[in-house]
Amino acid sequence: MRDPVHHAPDAMIAALATGSLPYPFAALLAAHVSLCDECRSRLDAHRVLGGLVLDELTPAALSSDARDRALADIEAEPSVVSAATRGTYPPPLSAFVGQEGPRWRSLGFGARQAMLWSGPSGTLRLLLIPAGQAVPEHGHRGLELTLVLSGAFSDATGHFQAGDLEVADEALGHTPHATDEAPCICVAATDAPLRFRATIPRLLQPLFGI
Amino acid sequence: MRRMEGSEPDDLSEQTRWMIALRDNGDRAAYARLFDFYAPRVKALAMRGGTPAGAAEDIAQDVMLRVWRSRFQFDPSRAQVSGWIYQIARNRRIDVARQAPPALPEDIAPSPGPEEAAAALALEQEAARLRVALRALPAGQREMVERAYFGELTHQEISRQTSLPLGTVKSRLRLALDRLRHELRELRK
Repeated sequence: MRDPVHHAPDAMIAALATGSLPYPFAALLAAHVSLCDECRSRLDAHRVLGGLVLDELTPAALSSDARDRALADIEAEPSVVSAATRGTYPPPLSAFVGQEGPRWRSLGFGARQAMLWSGPSGTLRLLLIPAGQAVPEHGHRGLELTLVLSGAFSDATGHFQAGDLEVADEALGHTPHATDEAPCICVAATDAPLRFRATIPRLLQPLFGI
Repeated sequence: MRRMEGSEPDDLSEQTRWMIALRDNGDRAAYARLFDFYAPRVKALAMRGGTPAGAAEDIAQDVMLRVWRSRFQFDPSRAQVSGWIYQIARNRRIDVARQAPPALPEDIAPSPGPEEAAAALALEQEAARLRVALRALPAGQREMVERAYFGELTHQEISRQTSLPLGTVKSRLRLALDRLRHELRELRK
């Protein structure tokens, strides 16, 4: 895989480091960082600064038995540490997908999606766009982040290959097209339900959970 | 083996040496020292977020247990010990609130040895310069940086990078971060 060209905005990497992102954004950005050394370095830089801020805090006194409890805790820990392995999907997405693969549901016209997580802070889902096809044009009330996992797509803002991240705000009504060579699998995170512009998809929106 | 000047492990901060002893040898005495140093700071971090003292101490215990469990992942060339523990503490906050895998990138295995020690030392020196830059910020900007890293700003306040109007809060934070980055760049020349 080539190095990603489209990266996360720095303020989003900062928000990932500070734990200030809604879960779907945090999980998607973590997956991008798994694939992108540049964003990993920027995340590390924010950790360094976060550590400095932690250092500057006035320490809070602990109860007298705190350290003994901590030492007892580690003795109770199992000694074997299992290492995470990378499958088709980068961490943390791999933890959702598991051994059996994504649970795809048809969106019609060959497009499929698998909801990974949905909650009050948004949704995280995989999308499969058949080669040469488009996802129906949609707008969103909030932000939408899309990370390409395989294949590629293009829209009015550019060309996105595996590892690339697109940030779309509510002003961008976009029609991502998978390139002709291969289906495009991507993961998308929103902080609000998508709003499709064509009438029929909008009616179907509650059914598909998108 | 030829050693680069300044790459002796003894030149590293004691916190980094404790953490490497914990990672490579499971050194319990080093863990106790790390606990004494960082648990009170992690407790203070939780209290700063509004958690009462008792619950904040439980959080500090849990964060330090996570330090033990994740010890093999510590890479002193990528973040100093406090930066690494800061990230564990912030991530814990998200994980606990969700029925979902932690939002963590893939780990890169650290590679212990003299080269790592040299890279760790370089990082510590860079962090020390960044600390100077942080302390040199005007009070208002420094407060914004601290609030951001304490998680007191919403992601909208720090992360809207799109065509949405920029708020005062965001521009101040960006200015502060830009200044920090600029300082760091100057020092690297």
